[in-house]
Amino acid sequence: MTDKDKFTELCSRDASWRAELRNSKTAKERTAIPRAVMPQLPAAYRVTTLTEEVNQGLSADQAVLEASRCLDCPKPTCMEGCPVGIDIPAFVKNIRRGRPDLAAEVLRMTSALPAVCGRVCPQERQCESRCIYLKMKKEPVAIGYLERFAADSERALRKQGLRAAPTPPPSNGIRVAVAGSGPAGLSFAGEMAGRGYSVDVFEALHEIGGVLKYGIPEFRLPNEIVDAELDNLRALGVTFHPDTIIGKSLSYDDLADKGFKGLFVASGAGLPRFMGVPGENLSGIMSSNEYLTRINLMGAGRPGYATPVARGRRVAVIGGGNTAMDSVRTALRMGAERAMIVYRRGESEMPARIEEIHHAKEEGVEFMTLSNPVEYLGDEKGRVRAMRLQRMELGEPDASGRRSPVAIPGAVDEIEVDEVIVSVGVSPNPLIPNAIDGLEVSSRGTIAVNEMLQSSIPTIFAGGDIVRGGATVILAMGDGRKAAAMMDKYLSEEG
Amino acid sequence: MFKIIEKSYFSPKVARIVVEAPEIARARKPGHFVIVICEPRGERIPLTIADADPARDTITLVVQAVGASTEKICGMEAGDSFADVAGPLGKATHIVKHDTGAVVCCGGGVGTAPLLPIIKAMKAAGNKVISVLAARTKDLIILEDEVRRHSDEVIIMTDDGSAGNKGLVTEGVETVLRREPVAEVVAIGPAVMMKFVALLTKKYDVPTVASLNTIMVDGTGMCGACRVTVGGKMRFVCVDGPEFDAHQVDFDEMIMRLHAYD
Repeated sequence: MTDKDKFTELCSRDASWRAELRNSKTAKERTAIPRAVMPQLPAAYRVTTLTEEVNQGLSADQAVLEASRCLDCPKPTCMEGCPVGIDIPAFVKNIRRGRPDLAAEVLRMTSALPAVCGRVCPQERQCESRCIYLKMKKEPVAIGYLERFAADSERALRKQGLRAAPTPPPSNGIRVAVAGSGPAGLSFAGEMAGRGYSVDVFEALHEIGGVLKYGIPEFRLPNEIVDAELDNLRALGVTFHPDTIIGKSLSYDDLADKGFKGLFVASGAGLPRFMGVPGENLSGIMSSNEYLTRINLMGAGRPGYATPVARGRRVAVIGGGNTAMDSVRTALRMGAERAMIVYRRGESEMPARIEEIHHAKEEGVEFMTLSNPVEYLGDEKGRVRAMRLQRMELGEPDASGRRSPVAIPGAVDEIEVDEVIVSVGVSPNPLIPNAIDGLEVSSRGTIAVNEMLQSSIPTIFAGGDIVRGGATVILAMGDGRKAAAMMDKYLSEEG
Repeated sequence: MFKIIEKSYFSPKVARIVVEAPEIARARKPGHFVIVICEPRGERIPLTIADADPARDTITLVVQAVGASTEKICGMEAGDSFADVAGPLGKATHIVKHDTGAVVCCGGGVGTAPLLPIIKAMKAAGNKVISVLAARTKDLIILEDEVRRHSDEVIIMTDDGSAGNKGLVTEGVETVLRREPVAEVVAIGPAVMMKFVALLTKKYDVPTVASLNTIMVDGTGMCGACRVTVGGKMRFVCVDGPEFDAHQVDFDEMIMRLHAYD
């Protein structure tokens, strides 16, 4: 079978197996099936464990039934909602025919990390938000759950030795370097290795995986999942170098001397933002990056690990994004009696995934919306003991049409806290922008790139948060893919 | 793994460790630091680089055992390996030839180790270098011979008078400030020592640089644990420093934050 035939068999809506599936049920029968409910650990149990994943994954029966809900639309709008354009009906229908392994193959055509994206993508704002079911006032097909199911099935087969690890294609002899081993860097590395390049990934930290390791907690994304993806990349010939800081340990010129023809900068989000309110530098107040890094990357609080971490009894997390939810749920698991989300807008404006907000509430997190810290108060040792919260109300719609919060005069409450985690965003990591002469940087500190993700230095491409300033795993991955295609094109034309 | 090539002691609590780190040995400049993890599951500890030998692929660290991790590092021997060494991090020292007076380099305790490459570079740039080394007692004065080799004058201060003059580092610095024009002061040592050097030199209006040793986790501009207030603005020691205008640093806040995990 040629590659084209294979592709048609896997992905074509006109493949005979798929047409058969389509005709096997009426739309009415399909839409009568309720959306699958994700099996999850009970809330009372899961707050006792940092590492056990909350979502347990669909069973095979659940997945096949859920996949049969998909109407296999002739013009699948779900795909328009996917930042990397995954062929969603094709992978869903491969699950429906009992071949999750083939579904994973479809996913891998466009996504380097399907097991990750199936867990951390904000599907309700992407693919699932465009599902035809919503027009019928029904719950969308659980595309995220299915993506996870396909990727997990593939991993299980590989573990059992029933599927071989990928093998490297013939080498083209061209070396390329990657700075950073988060989702953008990994996705770029996979793409380039698949195209025959010799890829070296340089990581500043001692662990490979970037935000997937230091940021996202294991109860949401187990390290085992990330490690399996790293093994796939190693099988493709990718080499990883921890403890190596591009721009510091190795300069761009050093890379050129070593024979690297291109560099992809995926160094990610760096400096945490703080709000600049009085008392914010008291002990016990830290960024979510610090808090999560101590616990996720450094193992703080676990027996045998040397890194210390404070175990707050009354913990406030400032912010409403996924990182804020990860932090507040981690605080509960570290033994907090009271774990609070403090957010200046309303709950519906929170950028976090809806599922994370639900999970946090089930676990007992208190939500203090329309509230903004204006001052922190310390004890005689300089440790935070309380926060002063300005209560807000929604005012007139602003230029964007959103009702922005305005302070209610005089409505300030003092709330006792002994740990505060500030999770209000990050600025791009300044190390590489500062270290490479001639690399153009925006006023926000991000690396300036053209539509090919190429920087002012033609052999340097960049993507992910170092370009976007702070986005999602899937967008970073999409950048990695695109930069690989563009660098490949550039190097082929130049070379 | 990063192999320890040599290990010796300056005093029972202060070790000198020469470790293989080829890339860092080539890239480092005075003022840079590294992050060391001594063993798997260990802490990331920032340590300023005292010396480097690119021909031997080594860097030299001087470590004082002050906590569990530094004690473990000091207990390691030649032939052992650190799990991780990453760097060089931070901004290098700004080395200039001053025409308006001497450069006074003050080292407190083990602060003398990271000060030595700065002394060398300041001297090599053509400056008159006066080094003031201070410690509680004689045994804690380190690297005196090397410092002498690269300084025009060395003043030793000990709290108990067991070496040099009895008194604080500030008294040694003030002797110089009263005596002759000083263009710049560089201070590396405990936070409280740098604070008082800064207070003194501010009185004399002499530009002063301090190398800050805050708590860090990643050391690469990510966690924000090392944030300090400099001139009323938040700065990060790992990427904006470690050296700052000492007259602008809020040392009291920094000292308070150093005790966050006590």
